[in-house]
Formats: sequence, structure tokens, C-alpha cells
Amino acid sequence: MKRYLIPLALFLVLAGFLAVGLQRDPRLVPSPLIGKPVPVFSAPRLDQPQTVVTPAELRGQVWVLNVWASWCVPCRIEHPLWVDFAKTQKVALVGLNYKDKRDDALAWLQRYGDPYRLSLADNGGQIGIDWGVYGVPETFIVDREGVIRHKHIGPVTPEAMRDDILPMLRKLGA
Amino acid sequence: MIPEIGHFAMVLALVVVVLGQSVLPLAGVWRGQQAWVAMARPAAVLHFALLAFAYGCLTAAFINNDFSVLLAAQHSNSALPLMYRITAVWGNHEGSILLWALILAGWTVAVALRSRQLPDAMVARILGVMGLLSCGFLLFTLLTSNPFERMLPAAADGQDLNPLLQDPGMIFHPPLLYMGYVGFSVTFAFAVSALMSGRLDATWARWSRPWTTVAWCFLTLGIALGSAWAYYELGWGGWWFWDPVENASFLPWLAGTALIHSLAVTEKRGGFKMWTALLAIITFSLSLLGTFLVRSGVLSSVHAFATDPTRGVFILGFLCVVIGGSLLLFAWRGPKVGLGGAFEPVSREGMLLANNVLLLVATAAVLLGTLYPLVLDTLNLGKISVGAAYFEAVFVPLMAPALFLMGVGPMSRWKRAELPELAVRLRWAAAVSCIAALCATVAMNLISPTERGLSPLVGFGLLMAAWITCTTALTLYSRVQGWPLSQWMPRLRQQTSSWYGMLLAHFGMAVLIVGVTLVRGYESEVAVRMAVGDVAQSGGYTFKLARLSPIDGPNYTAMRADFVVTKGERLIETLHPEKRVYTVSRMPMTEVSIDRGVTRDIYVALGEPLDGGAAWAVRLYYKPFVNWIWAGCVLMALGGFLAVADRRYRLRRTESAALPGGLPAAANPGA
Repeated sequence: MKRYLIPLALFLVLAGFLAVGLQRDPRLVPSPLIGKPVPVFSAPRLDQPQTVVTPAELRGQVWVLNVWASWCVPCRIEHPLWVDFAKTQKVALVGLNYKDKRDDALAWLQRYGDPYRLSLADNGGQIGIDWGVYGVPETFIVDREGVIRHKHIGPVTPEAMRDDILPMLRKLGA
Repeated sequence: MIPEIGHFAMVLALVVVVLGQSVLPLAGVWRGQQAWVAMARPAAVLHFALLAFAYGCLTAAFINNDFSVLLAAQHSNSALPLMYRITAVWGNHEGSILLWALILAGWTVAVALRSRQLPDAMVARILGVMGLLSCGFLLFTLLTSNPFERMLPAAADGQDLNPLLQDPGMIFHPPLLYMGYVGFSVTFAFAVSALMSGRLDATWARWSRPWTTVAWCFLTLGIALGSAWAYYELGWGGWWFWDPVENASFLPWLAGTALIHSLAVTEKRGGFKMWTALLAIITFSLSLLGTFLVRSGVLSSVHAFATDPTRGVFILGFLCVVIGGSLLLFAWRGPKVGLGGAFEPVSREGMLLANNVLLLVATAAVLLGTLYPLVLDTLNLGKISVGAAYFEAVFVPLMAPALFLMGVGPMSRWKRAELPELAVRLRWAAAVSCIAALCATVAMNLISPTERGLSPLVGFGLLMAAWITCTTALTLYSRVQGWPLSQWMPRLRQQTSSWYGMLLAHFGMAVLIVGVTLVRGYESEVAVRMAVGDVAQSGGYTFKLARLSPIDGPNYTAMRADFVVTKGERLIETLHPEKRVYTVSRMPMTEVSIDRGVTRDIYVALGEPLDGGAAWAVRLYYKPFVNWIWAGCVLMALGGFLAVADRRYRLRRTESAALPGGLPAAANPGA
């Protein structure tokens, strides 16, 4: 009898995994860039398009890159958290304005508040591709050595800010 | 009004299938009520008629552009050509589940009508089990994915069918695949009812064999068509991606292949009974699992177009009832079934068993690779995806001995074969295939425009193909060996068509291996930036971009490129790849252009416009022997159909009618 129960037992194990797997979202994929140095880029500043910034200038400090766009509705949801973040945290918050028009972006920051210590423009979306951005907003944490340590996909929630982002920043000694 | 009538027909079909086809007949077998048992057949026919009617109602909504039906509004459009409006019915979750239920009903009717010689009790059990499966699918449709849902007020126009599905290949791919998936439900029902009655004998095997083979043929064709579709429609030039959903169709195919071979032993020698019953359960379970994986969104894949957790929970529950129930029945009945005839390790049984084990291990390996990301995620060990590298590393070494055995098995005797004798009979085949493979490898290397050097993998692949071809020819020859030439034709005519079917299917496998090996070994892919007038090389061919012109289609606009392909001085063909933008969905589509040939395909795909449309990213492929892959699949399926055409399955039907009726049913699985 026991021998004949093996297939059933195997199936029950499989069914267990499937049941738990159903509760998960298969689309949440971690970035392969975590643990890797930031992709090299040179981006014009949003406020002064003549000035070009490279990641080398941010070296030696922990910084947060927030990818956003004025056309992006979820960005508006997370934005108050960043405005608050800029008031309470010392960490450099860098905004990357993704596939956007400069005037729209500046108007948007004027309207909802500008938390960014530095605002970069990626009108063509090239930098976004290098960073593996596939949805806006996305947020990256970069350490002192210029290595990406964390990525958050989609709008940052108060829970994600409290449980993931702030602890990671503390861990990195920012 | 028509959609509501269709919806009502579906509800009626559920009532008919539960009461008329399942509960009453199964109870009738148990209580010995002839009248209840007799209800199964007419109920199966009525169930099919009602579902066909419901399906017709849904199709009518698509044809008439009734965009008050949510499904039509989401997946069709008034500008869509009529043919695609009809196929759009199954180009979505709800419609394809209804098609699944309809095909299941169709198989049930086929069993009901072609089982006149079977004992009534057995037919009632088989139809009852299939009815319970139908019931599960109808409940799933009615409760979680009603295709007749209305949207009021109606949409002005539909959102159009996904452009990827607007293709002739897509017309036949899902129905063929479903014919295969669902066809295994017949084998499953035969096995479960045999387990219920406790009679796992040669009659049972002989009866399930043709049904299994037909389902397997459909599945083979369905997978081949899907692969061919991916090849020309996705524009990546690949024909198999080890995508979870591809694997979901491949798993029942592997298990089904094992089942076909194990059924041969059960029918001919009475052996492997429980093993065959288990394989029948596993094969259909994998078909259901495939549906679960595709429909629940539990794995991420290019095909996963419906993700709804309630659907996932329902299918998982259904899986547990059907698979768990049948495996429980298996565990309960298993110990009581005797073993078949004894055999030596070196014998046809032994080799078929080895082939079965290899196929099943390969199935397990593919299943593991498919589910591994899910398992790791469930255990919080991180998110990964398993790529083609794993599958190839595991699959090829497992298939190599199976392919070797394909050559030896048909030549060896049942029960006990002598190794020295086999070696003597096969030595010429071995020598010829080694020489042929060596010559072919060297020749390919000389004529191939892509310089890869001699590859041991190519040589090995060709050796396997040559081995199967030579041994197949030798098997054919062994039937006329020692006879005068004048007797050859009469001798060959005496052989059964199932024997020829086996040879043809094995030869198809050899053709498939040639295709896979040579594409892998010698293909060439070049991605370049080209403006009008530019020239590029790929695989020894010269491609010149002659012209770029905008064109208008019925429901899309496109940029069409004219490529003049030459080899040396000779003009080969002018190819016209397009980049389409579908008007309603704004979805861009790559329409590749292929010059097909027996020994090679030339394949051009337009990528993205560069520099504001002045130039284009272009992919140029040279694909040697790629069509052999699908030709091999078609040969395998033809072999299967030929095997089913065997007179034996018609003649012996009268014999089995003389057998006594089944014993009282012992259990009602899955209910």
C-alpha cells in the first residue's frame, strides 16, 4: 500500500507549493543591478540643462535615486513621502525625471513641492534603460562606494519607507 | 438576448452533465439500475449539443460586433477581419475555457458513440468520470469567468484582438492543443474506471490505446504549430524558449509519449498495468496543471494573460479533487492488482521500461525547472528564473539514451532478447550511421557559410538521427529478410498499419533531431543598423535594403521594407518585412518576412526606427534546416494517426463485446 501512496504524497507537496505560490506576485522581480556599481551616465540638470552631472560627483555619500515623471499618476501618490523625507532626512535625494518635457516637470515640482537636492533629466529614457527602469516610479539606494543596494518598484508606501528604505539607509550609515 | 440564451444553455448543460451523465449513471452502476446507466449516452450527446449552442451564441456576439458583451468589447473590433472575429472567441481567457469545455464534451460524445461494444457499466463509468471533469470546467466558467457578461451601456467599438493573435497559426494552435490536452481525459477516464472496477486488463489497454494516440497526435501538432507561430510571429527567430507555458504543453507530451509506449506493453504482454494506469493519471494531471499554470498567473510568462487569484484558487481546488482523488484511488486499488508477465532486463519490455523511466525523469526535470522559481519564492529564498541553459543541460543527456533505445527496442524480442544476437543484427546500422553522421557533419561544415568548426554536439545529434533512421530501415528490412524479392511487396502489405505508424513516428523523430541539431550548430544572426541603400551580410547571403514605404492595412498602418537577398551574383528573393502599428490598441508588431526552403530559411525582421526613421535596426537570420523541426513533428503525428487506423482496433471490438460486463463500481473518484 505504502508504495502506491508515493504519487499522492508528491502531488500534495506540489499542491502545497502552488497554494502558497498563488498568494505571490510573480511580477515582482528584484533588480539584477543590486550589488552592482551604478551604471555610468551623464545627465543634464533639470533646472540648468547646460550643466551635466555624472555619478562620480555623488561618490562618497549615500544617495537615493527616485525616478519620476509628471505624467505618472502613482508618482503623485508617493510624492508627499519624499517631500517629508527631504525635511527629516539628511540623505541626498536625487530625482530622475524620466521621459518627460522639461516645462511640465518644472511646473509639476512647483505645484507638488520639490524634495530633490538634485534633479536630473532623462528625456530620451536612455538612463532609465541602463538602470533597468520598467515602470515609474522606481527608487534606488546607492551606497558610499557607488553600489546599488536596494530597489523599490512602484510608489513608495509609508510601510515601505518605514520597513525597507529607512532601515537600509541607517544600515549604510547615512 | 442571444448571449443570455447562450448563458442559459451553459447552465442547462451543467445540470445535464451532473445529473444525466455523472451522478445517475454512476449511482446506477452501483445500485444495478439499468435505466440510470442507460442515461449516460443520451446525456453526453445533449450536453455537447447545449455547449455547442452556447459556444455558437458567443461566436455570434463576436461576428455581429455586439459590443455590449464585455468579452467582445475587450477582444474584438468592427475593423477586425471576419476570420479573426471568429477566432477571437478563444483568444482570451473566458472564451478559451468555454472552448475547452466544448472540446471535452466533444470527446465525451465520441466515446459515447464509439463504445457500443463495451459493457454498459464500463461506459457509464467512463462517461461519468468525464462528466465530473466537465462539471468542474463548467462551474469554473460560470462562477469565475462568465464569457457572456454584459457591459451596459455598450461600447461604441471593441478594443481589438491582441495583434499577436491575428495570425493564421493562432487559428489552429489553441484548438489543436486543447484537443490534445482534453483528449488525455479519455485515457484518464478509462484508467480511473478500470481502477474503480478493479479490472486492469488487456481489453482496457486495447481500448485506451487509440484514444491516447489520437490525443497525443493532436498535442504534437498543437505544440509544433505553437512553435512555428512563435518562430515567425514573435520575430526573434527562435522556435522553442522553454517558457513556462511552452513547458506546460510539453510536460503532458512527454508523459503521453511514455504512456503510449507503456500501453503497448500492457496490451501486448499484460505487463506494466499499474504503471500504465499511473501514467494515464499523470498525463492528464499534467494537462490540468498546464491549465492551472497558464490560467492562474502563478508563474510569470509571455502567455499568462489572465491573472485572477479567485480563478487560481478554483483551479487549484479542482486539481486537488481530480488528481488527489484519482491518486488516492490508485493507492487503494494498486496493491490488489497482480503483476504482468515476467521478462528479462534485455527484452522489448525492458527497453520500453527504460524508455519510460527516461521520459518520466525528463518530465520531472522539466517540471522542476518550470516550478523551481515558484518553489524558491514560496520558501522566501529569492526570485529567480530558470533559463534555457538548465533545460538543455538536463534534457539532452536524458534524451540521448532514450534515442539510442529507440533504435534497439523495435528490433528486440518480447520477454527475452539476446544481446549478442541484437549486436549482430544492429552492427551494420551502427556502422552506417556512424559513417553517415561523420560525412554529414564534415559536409555541413564545408558548405555552411557560418564558420563554427567541427562541433561534437552537431556530430552527436546527427549520429542519433542517422541511428534512428538506419535502425528504422533495418526494422522494415527485417520483415522481408530471407524472402525472395518478388515476395517483398506482399510481405510488407501484410504488416499492420500500427507497425508502420510506429516506424513513421520514429523516423519523424530523426527528422526533428536533424533540424534541431543543424539550426543550433549553424544558424547565423546579425543585428545591424540599415538605411535605404545599405548592404549587410548574414549566413553567406547579402541583404540590400532597397526601399522603405508606408502602407495601410485593414486595422493597422505599417512601414514596409524591401530587402533584395542575393548569394554571390544570384538573386534569391525579395523580402518584405513590416513594422505594424495596430490602430486601436496602438500596439507595434514586427511582421517578419521569410524565404522558406528545405535546407534553410532566410528570415528578416524590422526592429526599431533609428535617427528619426532615417535608418532601422534590422535583424537578419540564416536558419539551416529549421523546417525539418516541424516536418518531424508532422511525421510523428501522421505516424500516430496511421497507428490508430489499424484494423485490429476495429476487428477486436467484436471480441471484447463477448466479455462479461464490469463488476459493480467500487468508488466514485473526484466527486
